[in-house]
Amino acid sequence: MMLHKLISEGAVTDRSPWADGLSRRRFLQAGAAAGGGLMLSLNLPFASGDAQAADAEGFAPNAFIHIPGDGQIVLTMPYVEMGQGTYTAIPMLIAEELEVDLSEVRLEHAPPNEKLYGNPALGGIQATGNSNAIRAAWQPMREAGATARTMLVQAAAKRWNVDPASCSAQGGEVVHAPTGRRASYGDLAADAARIPVPAPETVALKRPEEFRLIGTPAKRLDAPAKVNGTAVYGIDARPPGVKIATLAQSPVFGGRVKSVDDAAAKAVKGVRQIVRLDDAVAVVADHMGAAKKGLEALAIEWDDGPHAKLGTDAIVGELERATLNAGPVAENIGDVDAALSGAATKVEAIYQVPFLAHAAMEPMNCTVHVRKDGCEIWVGSQVLARAQAAAAEAAGLPLDKVVVHNHLIGGGFGRRLEVDGVTRAVEIAKHVDGPVKVVWTREEDIQHDMYRPYFFDRISAGLDSKGKPIAWNHRFAGSSIIARWLPPAFNNGLDPDTTDGAINLAYGLANTHVEYLQVEPAGIPTAFWRSVGPSHNVFVTESFMDELAAAARHDPVAYRLALLDNAPRAKAVLELAAEKAGWGQPLPERVGRGVSLQFVFATYMAQIAEVEVSKDGTVHVRRVVCAVDCGTAVNPDTVRAQIQGAIMFGITASLYGEISLKDGRVEQSNFDTYQILRMNEAPAVEVHIVGSTEPPGGMGEAGTSAIVPAVTNAIFAATGIRLRKLPIDTEQLKSA
Amino acid sequence: MALTIKVNGVDRAVDVEGDIPLLWVLRDVLGMTGTKFGCGAALCGACTVHIDGVATRSCITSIDSIGTSAITTIEAIGATAAGAEIQKAWLDREVVQCGYCQSGQIMSAAALIASNPHPTDADIDDAMSGNICRCGTYVRIREAIKQATQSNGQGG
Repeated sequence: MMLHKLISEGAVTDRSPWADGLSRRRFLQAGAAAGGGLMLSLNLPFASGDAQAADAEGFAPNAFIHIPGDGQIVLTMPYVEMGQGTYTAIPMLIAEELEVDLSEVRLEHAPPNEKLYGNPALGGIQATGNSNAIRAAWQPMREAGATARTMLVQAAAKRWNVDPASCSAQGGEVVHAPTGRRASYGDLAADAARIPVPAPETVALKRPEEFRLIGTPAKRLDAPAKVNGTAVYGIDARPPGVKIATLAQSPVFGGRVKSVDDAAAKAVKGVRQIVRLDDAVAVVADHMGAAKKGLEALAIEWDDGPHAKLGTDAIVGELERATLNAGPVAENIGDVDAALSGAATKVEAIYQVPFLAHAAMEPMNCTVHVRKDGCEIWVGSQVLARAQAAAAEAAGLPLDKVVVHNHLIGGGFGRRLEVDGVTRAVEIAKHVDGPVKVVWTREEDIQHDMYRPYFFDRISAGLDSKGKPIAWNHRFAGSSIIARWLPPAFNNGLDPDTTDGAINLAYGLANTHVEYLQVEPAGIPTAFWRSVGPSHNVFVTESFMDELAAAARHDPVAYRLALLDNAPRAKAVLELAAEKAGWGQPLPERVGRGVSLQFVFATYMAQIAEVEVSKDGTVHVRRVVCAVDCGTAVNPDTVRAQIQGAIMFGITASLYGEISLKDGRVEQSNFDTYQILRMNEAPAVEVHIVGSTEPPGGMGEAGTSAIVPAVTNAIFAATGIRLRKLPIDTEQLKSA
Repeated sequence: MALTIKVNGVDRAVDVEGDIPLLWVLRDVLGMTGTKFGCGAALCGACTVHIDGVATRSCITSIDSIGTSAITTIEAIGATAAGAEIQKAWLDREVVQCGYCQSGQIMSAAALIASNPHPTDADIDDAMSGNICRCGTYVRIREAIKQATQSNGQGG
């Protein structure tokens, strides 16, 4: 399959031919395509698999499968590729049911259009995130493929005047075995388009044992262009005549430009223009080298505004105070107070996780050409329609005058679910005659990110005389991204993301009480970050479960297993990870094993980390064993790759990740002060996938949240020191 | 004043100040966008190119420091034996995720195996630790380098 050049408009031709005549299956329709051939349009339902797609407003397709006369299969879909393998896994679903090779499916990128491509699992926003692309696509994409196959078989049977049951689909053809007749899909597509859509009950999906593609490793379709330098990311866009701009934004969030002396900057060879905004200054030049020199030559005086003195400590204090009061109840099972009062042992702790930057390898950038009558932008975005809307608003143009060219994304992790960069670039481009590519320096990227929120947690538990937890009480405070990003999903002070990993634990706990207090600290913007909820909550809950095991003087794995009688899938991954890791086998001095278990993104995962703590406090993660039950592993090689990578992402957060404020300014700036795990620190990783025919779970984020407590629990095993605040403080480990 | 540099075997005249880093000349002046910007301070390796076969961070290499040395970028590394081996191993091992850092990773790895056909794990750490991958593809990068060097051994 070739990755078609990403397009901005016109990926889908006139949809009117099948807008009428609703089939009984309201999330799938088929008919003649305007350009010829067979067109199937479908609506991707909620990730949970319920059929809310067919709502009162009727059929609203958001993905399209076109089989034109040349026999290719063209898929137009709303998800973007950020490295997570979506461009490979979703075409596999269609190719499986259509009985074609994966190479026969050609992918075209969806243009920005929330009505058409909104992701129902993300409240109708056209977004790729929350590890749900494969979950949302699993059922409808296969059904669409099977429906198309059924119609093509019927078309052939009609042509040959034979029983459809005597025909079969294979390799892009329909074959009538008794007579040896065969016809290609391309040849049959026009006939198939005239056949009524078959009733759902007459379309048989393949059984798992019949899968030829699903569950087998498939080569990534985007890989070849990424090893020879031809892959085009947003930062590589070069519309003719493009200038390059870089910028300095107010170092304090909410500050303003007081004065600018740009004489020296204008004298730099290649500098064309200085653009002054209320809260930022940009230098426009022939190339980034000149733009950076110009920026350094600017003398900018800032009015720091209301957050001039803000420091991290003040924010932590605000969060800590918030947790002294009761908050909205996210989960309440049984009677925690009564159980606590009857407990033989009580354990309590405070946990904290820091602000984190995304630090995607592709720095923030957006290329914009503002004209009087329209605006074009070139960007890599996880939220195409929002990018278009942000550009329209900043440019003061109607939505339909904004053309968005989406690109490959050099790392998303949640950063490109935000459109602040688009807005900023358009603000600058409005002052520039011709196209301009606005590129953030790494320092600007780190210091003007939207950060994973800081969370402050109080957690306590009661154990019975045998050490079993009989009460679990957890209260935490921090920012809700959903409240800003998707307000309808924030209800009664709660949202499904921020509490994910803190509630619905796999363990059978009889009495639990979980409260969340939304606190939005002023002076620092927050955003999604390879999830938000699990990246915070799993660290807290799995560290605390380890504390309970220690308080009960039980083995951490055995202690957890004893709580999993009603969670067989969770129990199975934990047992598998323990077995493969050699849990219980002796280790050298200063080396420990730590375990974690989680159920998030509809995926069960256990990890065991083997960690060495040097006498100087240095932590080295030597080996990680992960067992995962993600339901059907559509592309198992991608599942492995996502877990391997997510583990590195999580170790980075454990060891190094911290954004702090002093005098309102982010103290970190580049990879020397915001460190990322490197090759010489990378552990060996083993991934063991539990075979399953359940629907697929999400894989993009799960590996990150699971590794963090596995590492800190391993440090406890190696040193006896319990770390309750991230990142790991090596000073604290020096004495160990 | 125009300077002439030799990129992938071709002399290119560019009119920029001598202290401009090679990275921007490649990307913005010559339009060769395979070489990536990551940090601008030789901290991440995304901008790695070869200068006379040596892996070099183009983001801190001023254009007037290169002289007549031969610059090789990701666009042409596949024409070298080591580069072709590395690219093949990268595909065989399915290394890439977002892919943004991989130009730099491949340039570092190609320079490694060209100068050291049988690198140890420690050699791989030394050669590759200057290249950050935020997607965390390190496990596969290591496997791919080993695969590429195994075929070195088999091929003599």
